[in-house]
Amino acid sequence: MSDQAMRALVNDVAVPEFDTTPFTLPPPLREATVAIVTTAALRQPEDPPWARGDESFRVLPASARNLTVGHASPNWDRSGIAADLNVAYPVDRLRELAADGVIGAVAPNHISFHGVIEGTLSTIRLDSGPAAARRLRADGVDIVLLTPV
Amino acid sequence: MGTLGHVLEAEGLATVALSLVRGQIERTHPPRALHCEFPLGRPLGRPADAAFQRRVLLAAFRLLERRSGPVLEDFGEVIADEADQPLTCPLPPRLDPSVPETVDEVLGLRPAYDRAKAASGRTMVGRVVDADGVAAAVSCFARIAAGEAWESVGLPGSPPEVVLDIRAYYEEAALALADYVPAARAAESWLYRTTATGRVLREAQAKMREAGAPFPVWFYVVPVSQQPSG
Repeated sequence: MSDQAMRALVNDVAVPEFDTTPFTLPPPLREATVAIVTTAALRQPEDPPWARGDESFRVLPASARNLTVGHASPNWDRSGIAADLNVAYPVDRLRELAADGVIGAVAPNHISFHGVIEGTLSTIRLDSGPAAARRLRADGVDIVLLTPV
Repeated sequence: MGTLGHVLEAEGLATVALSLVRGQIERTHPPRALHCEFPLGRPLGRPADAAFQRRVLLAAFRLLERRSGPVLEDFGEVIADEADQPLTCPLPPRLDPSVPETVDEVLGLRPAYDRAKAASGRTMVGRVVDADGVAAAVSCFARIAAGEAWESVGLPGSPPEVVLDIRAYYEEAALALADYVPAARAAESWLYRTTATGRVLREAQAKMREAGAPFPVWFYVVPVSQQPSG
């Protein structure tokens, strides 16, 4: 099966439903502090491992590169992120964009959740998601880039 | 992605999501999303291609200029996988005929794995077993393939989780052997279609299924993209 067929297979899986979409106007990009929130289930070696159905998050210092990938699904290409973390967690690209003045600054910390969790994601919606947002805002983050795997 | 977009935006952050599965992002309609028709696992498109990754990021960030949402746009370039073209890289020659072929293969790949780990400074092996434990883990699957019950062969974790370590070991070794970053799923196909361990994993999966193992135990031993029905 090709990856395209694999994506078609998951195209219609159940996802949480939302009646409306919130919308926050950001400051100009060249003045904004940008963080990554990924669902690749990254963590530092000393962080707690990911459990099945884990809706918590891990804080990733922007300087950390010795990250492990805890995502439990076998159904995505792993060679890409093995070769280059940036293909799913573009932390070096953000640093370059900041150096070039395209973005204001890179956040001191990024965040990872574990993707492909079935159900209503009520913990992420009501607890860990807002907690992650508060953590990012405490670091002065304006804009979040969300990356899946 | 869509859910986190809603949650973080509602808390006062401006979000832009990269999307790999368009139907899911359409139905969750987060504030801003750039759909990238790229292989799963590669939302920035091309590993080790900083210029391409930068183009993806700039396209995503341009969505932040919109004054209302939700916004969903498509990145203008498509990247296909190469699951049907297994990576061509040399397998080590048989070193020790006194040990099973899989063990010989795992040990023969160790220098390549170590080079890959040294080059990247990290590894995805270690979820359940480390590199030293890969040969023993593969041997457990060889026993399952030979007919033993999966519960009694001494696997150190659930079969799908142990396989993720075996797979990482092989795919990271393949990166060093090939000396370039293969197209998506080419290394995966190399493992499952051309190596002794890949053959064992497929046979073990079939045996577990025949024996009535729970679905999650046998199904995820082999990625859907490598299964006969796939």
